[in-house]
Order: sequence, then structure tokens, then C-alpha cells
Amino acid sequence: MALHLSTRDEALLNGELGPAAQMAMRILTTMAGVYDAQALLDIESAHIDGCLYHGYSGLEFARRLVAGRAQVVVPTTLNVGAVDLLHPEAFQGTAEVGRIAQELMQAYESMGCRPIFTCAPYQATQRPALGTQIAWAESNAIVFANSVLGARTNRYGDFIDICSAITGRAPAIGLHLTENRRGQILFQLIDIPQRLLCEDVFFPVLGYLLGAQSGTRIPVIEGLHPDTTEDELKALGAAAASSGAVALFHAVGVTPEAPTLAAALHDRPPEQVIDITLADLRQALTQMSTVPDGPIAVVALGSPHFSLDEFAALLPLLEKYPPHPQVEFIVCTQRLVLAALQKRGWLDLLRAAGVQVIVDTCVVVTPIVRAQHGSLMTNSGKFAHYTPGNTGLQVIFGSLEECVRSGSLGHVWRDEGLWQR
Amino acid sequence: MAKMTGLSFQAQVLVPGEGAGKALVLAEPLSLWGGLNPETGAIIDQRHSSLGENVHGRVLILPAGRGSSSASSILLEAVRLDKAPAAIITAETDAILALGAAVAREMYDRAPPVLVLPRPDYDVLENGRWITIAEDGTVTITE
Repeated sequence: MALHLSTRDEALLNGELGPAAQMAMRILTTMAGVYDAQALLDIESAHIDGCLYHGYSGLEFARRLVAGRAQVVVPTTLNVGAVDLLHPEAFQGTAEVGRIAQELMQAYESMGCRPIFTCAPYQATQRPALGTQIAWAESNAIVFANSVLGARTNRYGDFIDICSAITGRAPAIGLHLTENRRGQILFQLIDIPQRLLCEDVFFPVLGYLLGAQSGTRIPVIEGLHPDTTEDELKALGAAAASSGAVALFHAVGVTPEAPTLAAALHDRPPEQVIDITLADLRQALTQMSTVPDGPIAVVALGSPHFSLDEFAALLPLLEKYPPHPQVEFIVCTQRLVLAALQKRGWLDLLRAAGVQVIVDTCVVVTPIVRAQHGSLMTNSGKFAHYTPGNTGLQVIFGSLEECVRSGSLGHVWRDEGLWQR
Repeated sequence: MAKMTGLSFQAQVLVPGEGAGKALVLAEPLSLWGGLNPETGAIIDQRHSSLGENVHGRVLILPAGRGSSSASSILLEAVRLDKAPAAIITAETDAILALGAAVAREMYDRAPPVLVLPRPDYDVLENGRWITIAEDGTVTITE
């Protein structure tokens, strides 16, 4: 099928709005061909992942855009970079890589992107409304925008994200189109204890299980509590987008495109029905740790970036169970939350307890953790997935309370009742 | 088995170009992010059956990519460092690999052509054979 371009698309392609916009449109149209798209559509916001350092070529690409007078034409935010620009001393990599990584972050800022450097932009800025077309990168932000906000994005990533932001366009395919947002696999929660449905630890475990079983298909969850919080959905989505390629899930009675099961399935039968039992969840839980419970060197929280509500839950626990001096206790968050922590006096409390608060980046995308070996404990399904490959450390997954109490003891503490009936 | 030399197929062109090299056929998908060292061209995914093979200058033949969208960055970096494959042929469309090659063509004026050759034709491509790719997507087994 031939690609139909608008007059403005043609003008961009002919270089009438500068060489950067021309290159961006050329890449977009090439990709539209790859996806077999028939047209491009307008987007209203973008979130850019390309500011994270993967190699020198990423900087050369950004420099080329800057030299070609690139400016974003829709509100655009930046995902994490490799350096905490407010606390650059936390970067444990070489000075050369640190310098290139910072220049990369600044290059994207100079194109008009908002330098919020967070993987949770949906908790930082004005959110896209239900049904809005957007081009977002970062797997957890994508799944949150699609599922919890009902905005519409495909799984964008390096390069194409900024091409969309510069042109304001994206190929009209996939999750941008209503017919492709239909739930495909129905997951039914069978006889899960009500108490567990309200525990923070339930959500990343459920997400991890969902991701592994869904692949690229769209899961529908039936049986979540109607009062499920935004942070719980955030944890669920991030885990599902780590163990699988989930870009959209529906939770019946919870997420906006699933007021009813029939609505989530677009009035068609599911392609597959999978029952989830307590035993399934326990099995997923074991897969999220790479070593048996034992000593820990690091506690890392905040993937996706910790929200103010999550800090509010963390502080009373830290007061009772302050970190052991031998344990690195790191929380990753974003600048806006950091400012709120300062204002409330919470940052002082955290620092007094020995907690390292990191912004702009996180522990699995850049060297922050000082420990070279041992185990990192986390309550994040995403950290659980990426820690072994990206840091070389072993990982132990647990609830927020388990993480804090383990961090205080220097070895794993378990809430034995958590996964019992 | 009959000798397949001279056999040609018409592949779907995602990113056009010419290329030739010895076939490196992977038995399963590979994520370049965490799976390929762009500085050497070596496959470094510890769980992959082609661990230790090198893609540099080869016609890389794999069912599909896998996982992270950062794979396009790794392909671009491999092109910059002259450690990229001579061409990439997949059985299923892989947009992330195509994107990496499309950006490489913009940036460095060279990129491995990226083609899709659906099964059953895909299965005829054997490891170690010399393969030539023409601009129009004709894939020829020449040796």
C-alpha cells in the first residue's frame, strides 16, 4: 500500500523547514514503509529516550539534528540520561563517557525538549488526555500512557521518538488506531486473597507474570480492586513491559478503556483465557530473584521513578528500620519530586538516614551502585529484570517493607504471611 | 540435497542497498542490546546458541530481532565502528533493526541493507554460503 503524505509532510521532506526536519521526515517515511502505514498522523506530545548514552554515534546523531536547526513542534519531555546532573559525583563510569553523556542530554534540551529526565513523565507534567495521539518512548511510560491514561502511542524508541517530535507526525498504525487496542488475552484472578490485592508487592509480581505470558498481545485483567492506585498500576505496567513487550493492558473496572469486560474486548471473545492463582504468583515471585535470600549489599527503589506518595510510604518505615551502614540505600526519582521532598523537609530526613536520592537517571542504565558484587534488593519488577544483566549484581525482589527491613538488617527479612492464604 | 548455488529469491526491501558476504544463520532471535558488542561485532548474549560468533562483514540471517528498542542504537554504533554485518535478512519484519539501518544510512552514508525473506524461502539460506544482495532485494546464493 502506498504511503499518502500531506502537503506539509512533502514540504518537510523537500527540506523547506530545514535539514534536520528533512532528515527526520525521511527517517519517518522509511519507517512508515517498514510498518506498511498508509499515512502519518498528528501527535500532541512526545517523550524522548534518545538522551540516554549508548555509544558515540548517538551523540553524532543528536549533533546532526542540532546543526540542522532541529526544534520540537509538540510539548516534548526527556527520559533519563546516564548522569544525575544535580549530583554528577554519583556517576561511577569514566570521565570521558560522563562528558559525552552530559553533552547528549544537553543536545536534546537545546532542541526544545523539557529536561525533566524522568521515566515517569506522567507524574511530572500535564498528562495527555484520553484518546490523544502521542509518540512516547520508554517502555513503562508507553504502557502507562496507553493503559492508565488511555492516550495512544506505539512502542517508540531511540531516533524515531525525536523524529516524531520534530515533525509532529507518526505512522498511523498499531495502537494509534482504535481497532488495534482490543484486549486479546483474558487473565482471570482466581481466589486471590483480598488482602493481597491491596499489597504493593502484588502488582509488580502480577505484571511480571502477565508480561511473560502475553508477549506482544494485549492482556485484560479481571479481578483487580476498583481502588487500585496509580502507583500500583505503574508498578504493574513497568514489570509487564520488562518481562514482555506489553504496551497496553486493560484492567476491568479500573482503566479507562475497560469499564466492562466486553468494552475491553471490543465485544468479541478473548483469543485466550488464562487463570491466575496464588500458586502462579508465588512461582513468578521466585523467578524475580536470581539468588536465595541471604546478605544484601544494596537496596534500590524507584523504577519507575519514585513518586511523592511512594516516599510518604517509605519514610515511616525508614524511621523504624534505618539502613545498615554497610548497605547502599538508593532511591531514584525525578527533580519535581526532589523539590517537593526538600520543601517538606523529607530530604533531610532521608539523608540523615543515609539514603542516597538520585535524579535524572537510575541504577540499571548507568553505573551508580558502588558495590561490585553481592545482591541488590528491590521492590521494582523492572529493576528485578534488568539488574543482573546491566549491573553484574544478583537481585532479590521483595515488598517495600521487606526491602527496608532487609536494608536495616543487612540480610533479607521476609513478611512470611504475605503470600499465604 | 541438491546444490543450491545460483538460486535467487526476491526479498522485501526494508532498507535498500547492496551487500555480499558469508551467511551467518542464527537459530533464534537476537536482541542487539545486550546481545552484540558493537566494538567487536561479537555476539555476547550468554544464552544465545551463536554466542561468540562475529557478525562483522557477514550476511546476518535471523528469524527476528528481540526485545529492547535500544537495539537500533547498537546497530548504528556497529556501523560507525565498521563492525556491522554486510546485510541483514529476517524471516519476519523487524522495525527496530530497520530503524538502526535507516539512521546509519543518514549518518554515515553506509548501512547494511535490511530485507525480509518469509518462510519457506528463508529456510533455504544455509550457514556459511556466500550470499549476494542486490539493490532491488534479489538475494542470490552464489557459492
